[in-house]
Amino acid sequence: MTVDLEPMLPAPYRVTERQVETHDSVTLRLDPVGAGLPPFRPGQFTMLYERGVGEVAISVSGDPSIGDGSLIHTIREVGAVSRALHNAMPGHIIGARGPFGTGWDLDTAVDHDLVVVAGGVGLAPLRPVLLGALARRDSYRRIVLIAGARSPGEFLFRDQLDRWIDTSDVQVVLTVDQPAEDWNGPVGFVTEPLRRLAVDPARTIAFICGPEPMMRFCANVLLAKGIQPTSIRVSLERNMKCGVGLCGHCQLGPLLLCRDGPVVDYAIAQPLLAVREL
Amino acid sequence: MPIIDELAGFAPFDRLTAAQRGAVADLARDVTVAAGTRLFEEGQEAEGCWLIRSGQIALETAVPGRGQVVVQTLGAGDVLGWSWLVPPHRWQFSAIANAAVAAVVLDTDRLKDLAEHDPVLGYPLALGLLEVVLGRLQSTRARLLDLYRGPNDR
Amino acid sequence: MNRPPAVLDRAALDDFVAVLITDGYRVVGPTVRDSAIVLAELESADQLPAGWGVETAPGHYRLHRRGDAAVFGHSAGAQSWKQFLHPARRPLWSADGADFAPAVEEQVRYAFLGVRACDLAAIATLGRVLGGGAHPDGSFGRRGQGLLVIAAGCTEPGGVCFCASMGTGPAPGPGYDLSLTERIDESGHRFLVDVGSDEGARVLAKLEHHTATDPEIQDARAAVAAAAHQMGRQMPAGDIRTLLIESRESAHWQEVAGRCLTCGNCTMVCPTCFCTTTEDITDLTGDHAERWQRWASCFELDYSYMHGGSVRVSGASRYRQWITHKLSSWHDQFGTSGCVGCGRCIAWCPTGIDITAEVSYFAKERDDAAVEAGDDHADH
Repeated sequence: MTVDLEPMLPAPYRVTERQVETHDSVTLRLDPVGAGLPPFRPGQFTMLYERGVGEVAISVSGDPSIGDGSLIHTIREVGAVSRALHNAMPGHIIGARGPFGTGWDLDTAVDHDLVVVAGGVGLAPLRPVLLGALARRDSYRRIVLIAGARSPGEFLFRDQLDRWIDTSDVQVVLTVDQPAEDWNGPVGFVTEPLRRLAVDPARTIAFICGPEPMMRFCANVLLAKGIQPTSIRVSLERNMKCGVGLCGHCQLGPLLLCRDGPVVDYAIAQPLLAVREL
Repeated sequence: MPIIDELAGFAPFDRLTAAQRGAVADLARDVTVAAGTRLFEEGQEAEGCWLIRSGQIALETAVPGRGQVVVQTLGAGDVLGWSWLVPPHRWQFSAIANAAVAAVVLDTDRLKDLAEHDPVLGYPLALGLLEVVLGRLQSTRARLLDLYRGPNDR
Repeated sequence: MNRPPAVLDRAALDDFVAVLITDGYRVVGPTVRDSAIVLAELESADQLPAGWGVETAPGHYRLHRRGDAAVFGHSAGAQSWKQFLHPARRPLWSADGADFAPAVEEQVRYAFLGVRACDLAAIATLGRVLGGGAHPDGSFGRRGQGLLVIAAGCTEPGGVCFCASMGTGPAPGPGYDLSLTERIDESGHRFLVDVGSDEGARVLAKLEHHTATDPEIQDARAAVAAAAHQMGRQMPAGDIRTLLIESRESAHWQEVAGRCLTCGNCTMVCPTCFCTTTEDITDLTGDHAERWQRWASCFELDYSYMHGGSVRVSGASRYRQWITHKLSSWHDQFGTSGCVGCGRCIAWCPTGIDITAEVSYFAKERDDAAVEAGDDHADH
């Protein structure tokens, strides 16, 4: 058990692989330079540091069953730090602290139908749910993934999604928001295929990640189908500076999202997300 | 499953009584549509309403320079085609089957007569249709928000 | 072990400071500077604000000359003890190549002289926040380890004080090494000393003192107990945590926003506000990088920055965040209220916003709504 003496001190990690996903997102494989961080659970996040630029909280997007000490992160370029991380090439050294936060808690979803709904880059924090569940396929009943993206070229992990479409282990629906040319798949918001999905409310656990309005709209569809709010898990996001409950920035009402999140059940999240500028 | 029972699974027909659904079932028939078939063209006089059992139908329009652009797809459980009910009674988009489609198609001339002469049927049908259209509107508004756009995207 | 109270006279207080310095403590206490009483490192007891009192009111703080030579005859100044335990700016680590090394900090042993009950409670509160979680702040912990706390029992609360209604004073709670209650009367100028620890006893033993008599003890206790009835104001009783949760959508936030400048003074003077942010810097070559930590305030516009904009933009939302965190969310996050009733936020708010008055407003709004709802039901 690693004793955390200096929670703010990063551990050095080297970029060992870089996979371009879309026009603004890449997936990096990071391996520790010295002693690595403790193993992560699906849903947790790492504070990733780029020398002299800053630090940003990124959810792990890799396979939790591979225990080789590596970290997999999918980074979308949205600001100075994420741009630097996005541009990092193999060999580049970054800093990592974590893993922090609550996880998707797959163990409590055993023997249930899993409905995974991803909006845009929200698919990245959810991929460990799918990888973890597929690694123990018999522990779960039906597994459904509905993923929305802006346009067909904007899906993360496209090769992997195509492979999953071809298997019977998971039912995959990909849908795009923008009017599309050269695309034979669904065109519509993620709530549309979600609405069409027949579910057994008592045996379903839903995992949603994406922009907040998308999560609210999807949760409403699931609630209308009779799924209990405690069976809906969302991954929330706020500004994080420390990741360890000391800086105060990540508050959403009474929650410190680095400690009480990022994964929160909808019974807790719903009243908080309903208040403007909370 | 007989069509009268199937209708109970499609909004807005789920709002009707069994007797009313029976009247609608009388003007319905099964249909299968091969992949690639155009069901109707933009600008044509609108007639026909499809209750989709399986498959996928794309609503599209021609945009010079971009080709045929799909603005919406519909799938199992969705109802395609309402322009016959409101002026100018012409299709606003073209519909094409992306994949083979199994559906129930309604004779909308007779359905319109039925609704006009029997307000007890017409009213819940219209309310239920409003609900369907409202749902489509909300999804379209969600798409308008362009939530997945990055801060650097145009 | 039973340690009976003692009495020190005023001269012994001078020796007290000297003994602490000789023992290797850095003594921090109140002193007059820039027309205010500030907390600073003291070289002798001469620097204590003898004979100075303060007048506090919403948005108002002034020194005035007292008729006596009391050294603790003043209520809280703008600063609190948190600046020494949780510094406004400090280095966290430096990195050269792939080597991250924690910053080396000078090991300091502070002696805090004159910690009022409210501030003593604040130190404990900060301890729960910064030291009680899954990832304690090591630097804060080290500063606390060598700390000697000499509390001051309050006999003259100020115009903005409300520690009594927060349950934090005026008598200092546990956590002090020594506690002094100042008494000036015909018998002289002296301090009743309560001993709270072995270290406190050890220091006291080096000073000239006598065991307190019962009348001396009663006199001091009575003076502090009386102070509980002289508070400048009070926080309304009841479940404030729930009250503020239920008031999230009140129209009153807009009204407060009309007065609040979002200047953040309240967060700087508050002894329990702990928020920080990080600064990452490099040297010219980029090979050497450092991270520093500095105080932050939830009133900063980019405190809640995310995805190209901030979550809390309006002044109303930022004021609501501050007061709700302090009086409501703190319970959920750390198990107690975040407020100790020192009143600094009221004195140092440029527009004189009073959190006790704001809470009273929400309580009244809720009670009025309940009455109205009761009337509606009664009509049926």
